[in-house]
Amino acid sequence: MNSIPLIHFLIVSTALFFIGVYGFFTRRNMITMLMSIELILNSVNINFVAFNKYLHPESNDGLFFSLFIIAIAAAEAAVAIAIIINLYRTHSTIDVEDANEMKL
Amino acid sequence: MSPLILILLLPFLSFVISGLWGRKYLKNLAGILSTTTVLASFVISVTTAYRYFFVDGKVAGKFVAQYPVDFKWLEFTPDLSIHLGILIDPISVMMLLVVTFISLMVHIYSLGYMKGEERYATYYSFLSLFTFSMLGLVVATNIFQTYIFWELVGVSSFLLIGFYYSKPSAVAASKKAFIVTRFADLGFLAGILILSYYSGSLEFKDIIARYTDSSSPHLQAAISSSFLGVSALSWGLVLVFIGGAGKSAMFPLHVWLPDAMEGPTPVSALIHAATMVVAGVYLVARLFPVYAISCPAALHVVAVVGVFSSAFAALIACTQTDIKRVLAYSTMSQIGFMMFALGVSGYGGEAGLGYMASMFHLFTHAIFKALLFLCAGTVIHFVHSNEIKDMGGLKKSLPITHIAFLLACLAISGIPPFSGFFSKEEILTAAYHHDKLIFWVAVVTAGLTSFYMFRLFFSIFYRGEENTHAQSHHGEGTSSMLAPQIILAFGSVLAGLIPFGKFVTSDGVGLEAHTDWNFSLLPIALSSTGILFAIYFFMKDNDKAEVLASKFGSVYISLKRKLYIDEIYEFVTKRIIFNLIAQPAAWFDKNIVDGFINTIGKATQVFSLTTSVWQSGKVQAYSAWLLAGTLVVLIMCLYYLQLL
Repeated sequence: MNSIPLIHFLIVSTALFFIGVYGFFTRRNMITMLMSIELILNSVNINFVAFNKYLHPESNDGLFFSLFIIAIAAAEAAVAIAIIINLYRTHSTIDVEDANEMKL
Repeated sequence: MSPLILILLLPFLSFVISGLWGRKYLKNLAGILSTTTVLASFVISVTTAYRYFFVDGKVAGKFVAQYPVDFKWLEFTPDLSIHLGILIDPISVMMLLVVTFISLMVHIYSLGYMKGEERYATYYSFLSLFTFSMLGLVVATNIFQTYIFWELVGVSSFLLIGFYYSKPSAVAASKKAFIVTRFADLGFLAGILILSYYSGSLEFKDIIARYTDSSSPHLQAAISSSFLGVSALSWGLVLVFIGGAGKSAMFPLHVWLPDAMEGPTPVSALIHAATMVVAGVYLVARLFPVYAISCPAALHVVAVVGVFSSAFAALIACTQTDIKRVLAYSTMSQIGFMMFALGVSGYGGEAGLGYMASMFHLFTHAIFKALLFLCAGTVIHFVHSNEIKDMGGLKKSLPITHIAFLLACLAISGIPPFSGFFSKEEILTAAYHHDKLIFWVAVVTAGLTSFYMFRLFFSIFYRGEENTHAQSHHGEGTSSMLAPQIILAFGSVLAGLIPFGKFVTSDGVGLEAHTDWNFSLLPIALSSTGILFAIYFFMKDNDKAEVLASKFGSVYISLKRKLYIDEIYEFVTKRIIFNLIAQPAAWFDKNIVDGFINTIGKATQVFSLTTSVWQSGKVQAYSAWLLAGTLVVLIMCLYYLQLL
């Protein structure tokens, strides 16, 4: 069980994080951006679980944190999708570049 | 709470009611309402006067002040608080009578005079406001209360002068009256501050007690501290007198009074002849013991200004052609008489004759001058003009007004046994015993008075034919206009018979007035000469007056132009003050003060325009910045922790 070292988890989560950041920066489609954010959040989840398991196996704090993050991510997805739907209704597109009315 | 407070509250109530709801709901009832409240005030004043003078006013043979109402209104510190109250003493009771009586007459007169006026209710609410403020002024227990009501009468005077606000001249006149008296009130306020600072009290009784007791530390302090070589006490008293001179139209602050005649004529009768303009005299009389006992120099200023204004105004009155302006200058002249009568008076006993004479003249003048104005109102109502040349031969059309005007003219000229004779006689006696120069100027002025009054009288009622277009649809006016004239005419004849010295004297002890016929011969002779001159020049249609005027040439013209005082004021304000002070101040305000603020605004704008470019509105750009920032912070943290 302890044969996989901690660093492997961290590499996976770091990769996941930067894939998410890359996706968030480069995509103009809001759905894709939302998915990228989910990737970032999940990379954090992996970190929490991994650290909990390797550094403090006697407690469950990290596990609870990931549960919280999953719940909040769900709520955030609901809000974000509502925003996206409204954007689509008014602009007939979900491209972030097109929502620029507040620009001077 | 004493019922006396109703004297003030009733007119105030009427002001509020007809002011708020008069125009919409009350209409003609507003006049009845105001008149009723003033009638009630008058009745209460009469009972007060009866009780004070005949029942409970005297303590050990001397009239003493009573304070039926006195409550603390504002308390700043335990030592400094402002009271509101009612002071009952001989002069305030006398003024209560005068104000409520004249106000009642004017209210009744206006029922007819202002009939059909669109802002009838507004007019009555203003009249009530004035009555309320004037009554508050005369019963004030302390100098600050005087000041409050002083300003209130100023405001109601302003409102009523500008009553016909669609007439530009009326608007200008109301502004002029307000601004000129405001300047004078600046002096009054400074005087109040000086007097109350050194006496440590705002109450009249404390101020008088502390300044007349030669051993009091307050008096010592006020005398020993001086500014420009004049003691603080003199400064305070003279400044207070400047306030009074502004309200009472003394030279050189008189310029507003002739213009104030733009207001409705009954208003001129009430405010600008009988009551408000004597407020200055009343104020000096109120503080009289301080003037007379502790600062004769300030009292001398009062005398000189009074006698000069009196002669000055009488000269101008001889040349004016607007009937109300003649009366305005005559008012100024008569107030000058009251002022110098105070100025030549001493305190107590026989020496206090001038004080008593001044108050007596105030009393009789209020009656006959109000009558003159009401008659003038009837004449103006009849011919629809203020100019003497549009009148003439009105004796037949206006018989009652004719008789009333004649009686008032005889009274003001000082012909016995009319009321003006007795009061003027005592003023002249007081002046004779004090200062011969003042006496001679006053006697000549008294002669001039009868000349210009009878000039007016003959020009209106005799000279020439009655103008045919003046045969107007209405006759002499309604009974509400005639009744006050008849009542006041009786007053003008009989008021002089009141033994005034028994009631109103400087120290409260009765004074037996005696008429010395040998002495009165000269003034009577001069007054009669004035009348004869007026008969010679103005009774029949002739050009003697024009010939005389052309003989005097430039003197006549400069008198007719009111000795160019208005022009001098205009020059000083427009040329000197506007150009040398106002313009640079305006430049400073525009370029330095505003410029500073504008520069700050512009700089902010430029800065925000520059930085707003960074707000691209692109979510991803923002998050890129966020990430970059986070990375920088991270690197810094690592560096700090010496991990790099």
